[in-house]
Amino acid sequence: MLTLYARRRLINILSLGISVLAMAFGLFWLGWILFTLLQYGVPGLSLAVFTQITPPPGSDGGLINAIAGSLMMSALGTMIGTPIGILAGTYLAEFGQRGWLAPVTRFINDVLLSAPSIVIGLFVYEMYVIRVKHFSGWAGAFALSILVIPIVIRTTENMLRLVPNTLREAAAALGAPQWRIISSITLRAARAGILTGVLLAVARISGETAPLLFTSLNNQFWSSDMNQPMANLPVVIFQFAMSPYADWQQLAWAGALLITFSVLTLNIVARVLFRQQGSSH
Amino acid sequence: MPTFLHYARLKLQNWPDILFRVITRISAFSVLLLLAAIIVSLVIGSLPAINAFGFNFLSSAEWNPVTEEFGALVPIVGTLVTAGIALLIAVPVSFGIALFLTELSPRWLRRPLGIAVELLAGIPSIIYGMWGLFIFAPLFGDYIEPWVNDHIGTLPMIGAFFSGPPMGIGVLTAGIILAIMVIPFIASVMRDVFEVVPALLKESAYGLGATTWEVMWNVVLPYTKIGVVGGIMLGLGRALGETMAVTFVIGNAHSLSKSLLMPGNSISSALANEFNEAVGELYTSALIELGLILFFITFVVLTLARFMLYKLAKREGKVT
Amino acid sequence: MISEKDTIPKLVVRDLNFFYGNDRALKDVNLTIPEKMVTAFIGPSGCGKSTLLRTFNRMYELYPKQKATGEILLDGQNLLEKRQDLNTLRAKIGMVFQKPTPFPMSIYDNITFGVKLYENLNQHDMSERVEWALQKAALWNEVKDKLKQSGTGLSGGQQQRLCIARAIAVKPEVLLLDEPTSALDPISTAHIERLIDELKKEFTIVIVTHNMQQAARISDYTAYMYLGELIEFGDTSAVFTNPKRKETEDYITGRFG
Repeated sequence: MLTLYARRRLINILSLGISVLAMAFGLFWLGWILFTLLQYGVPGLSLAVFTQITPPPGSDGGLINAIAGSLMMSALGTMIGTPIGILAGTYLAEFGQRGWLAPVTRFINDVLLSAPSIVIGLFVYEMYVIRVKHFSGWAGAFALSILVIPIVIRTTENMLRLVPNTLREAAAALGAPQWRIISSITLRAARAGILTGVLLAVARISGETAPLLFTSLNNQFWSSDMNQPMANLPVVIFQFAMSPYADWQQLAWAGALLITFSVLTLNIVARVLFRQQGSSH
Repeated sequence: MPTFLHYARLKLQNWPDILFRVITRISAFSVLLLLAAIIVSLVIGSLPAINAFGFNFLSSAEWNPVTEEFGALVPIVGTLVTAGIALLIAVPVSFGIALFLTELSPRWLRRPLGIAVELLAGIPSIIYGMWGLFIFAPLFGDYIEPWVNDHIGTLPMIGAFFSGPPMGIGVLTAGIILAIMVIPFIASVMRDVFEVVPALLKESAYGLGATTWEVMWNVVLPYTKIGVVGGIMLGLGRALGETMAVTFVIGNAHSLSKSLLMPGNSISSALANEFNEAVGELYTSALIELGLILFFITFVVLTLARFMLYKLAKREGKVT
Repeated sequence: MISEKDTIPKLVVRDLNFFYGNDRALKDVNLTIPEKMVTAFIGPSGCGKSTLLRTFNRMYELYPKQKATGEILLDGQNLLEKRQDLNTLRAKIGMVFQKPTPFPMSIYDNITFGVKLYENLNQHDMSERVEWALQKAALWNEVKDKLKQSGTGLSGGQQQRLCIARAIAVKPEVLLLDEPTSALDPISTAHIERLIDELKKEFTIVIVTHNMQQAARISDYTAYMYLGELIEFGDTSAVFTNPKRKETEDYITGRFG
């Protein structure tokens, strides 16, 4: 029989071993997925991907219309969502000490933060697509902006709360009115953190497929008209990957590689930026 | 000494303050409005289906666009089962990862590993879906499922869940892919939650001669119980609403099967696959009602999750 | 030393009470702060000296559930009145805090931030004002070549002098100093004490300090506070050499606090 102490040590070693395995398990999938993307995506990358539009099956083509569409809708979604998010986050952090609005908003926002994105797509379909009777780039951008808002609200509030109150007092002591204190002192002090949040939001929406399915849909042709259905990488990847054509699947892998690496790069840039801000204070 | 104050300008400085406050307030209020609008528009969209099927919608497994008979049972069950499988796998793994990151990892490795976990969370879900369909499912079907059939499928009681044709795609595969997706979410909440445990508390347990595992299991975990459950619920919320990863691998079959190896359907994959092709008001409305049900389920789960995390934060004296 | 009759009252405090929620933090405080002198508030921590200082520019109004009753007259006008415009008041009464609070912007912009709020100066006048303020704060020689650099890059002592420069750049009438040297090293402290001596030629200065020697060195008048009450107020040399109240004597001789 083991002594009590030996048994305790054994349990400890076993459980710690399992924890190391769990970590390895997590990293294993990350490594495998990235490896697959490189393995299948790199052969599909060619100049044509960046210069030609999506082809019909059996002929050559690229993804340029989808790339452009994704960029346009993500940019617009960010441009619509960010100001609202920053203003609302400012309200929560700076005026949120009293009243019911701030706590309720905070709670609802946290729930919206992880609400299923496909429902957001349905919502924009109901509110907008049905009214104008066609899918469009605008609808896609609206859906994406609804995903941006909660992320930006959350980070704006968190970052503003990190700004020490003494800074607000110092500005108030000079006779600065509240809007000046907030706009030129506290928001400024928190800007790197807020920018991090915006970048993370961009990273999140640039990979989103579900909310675009019922809003921008897709377009086989070049389109820069936001009032028309608009091609975008995620939906093209979805359609091409699910198709039986090998050349479409090849393009889907190339698109998947592009999208993953841009999203991961955005993530890393955001984190590095935030770290620099953290060390300068 | 002379003062240079421009009194005329001063009087005016109140209205920008008021304006600024009003604008931020409206922005905050718009979040509530957004939630209300989502609920109202989904309810209005589902009215035809609600009128046609009533509560039968929830219990019927019928899904026939030709006869316009619709029931939500198959996708609801599929959503709950895939999310359940995902949690069964993800919770212990996430706990292990969080334990490793907070207690075991050498300091210099913590940051890179933390980033790696967060990168796993950053990979778009459509990539998980593609990878699952083209890479994971074939291997799973060729090597794992036959073994599962032979060994677990023959057991009494649970055997029925694990026997069936080894096709690779199906409910079990979807659950596993979902698990890989939610691991980073749960792990990072657990890590954050473990880090709020006061060092003094852990040190006093170590001071009594407790092992790392005992400190974790008997001190840290009870202390952070609510937060851990909150993190799990947050992961559950993700798993329930996840669309693309599931759509690729679940098989999209409107049939109820005991076997987890069989294809099935989830709410979000039914929406992704059928919504744009749906013809007729009733079909569309039935799909929107599915969306409403999904939103309701995730809303309840996420509300509980946030509530628990708030409770932990409050006990910590933090205002977040 | 200064005789009583030479002084002109700048701030007159009458029956001032202060509340944090239901806690009464100041109890019927009455005192008169003379113009162009240094008045020091001393006392053990929690005695209300900072609270009293923060009523002079109504800084407490940034926070919910804090309120003051009574009167504080600035040149005869009650600044606790609701009608009193807060921003105007704070432009007239400058404040420097315990820890340096440089804004996240350049040294130049730090100084001009307050000035721009109330004055429209052309570029030339503004540059002159910046130099004037930095000269007054004895910082000019150290930063004149790096005005465009961030204020957060300066040393602690320099940052505190930057904050003093920023406060006097708007030409306030009263300067409130809330333990301005408590976070600084002895050399920077000496620097700032010399500065205070210079500044009192133009400004009325009220300083809170936990350091009795500092109060004795730099102030003309001293108020000793304890548990929210003003125990003794008078000429600094009198308070320190010949305190009227036993509590003051105990504190000053170090038997307490």
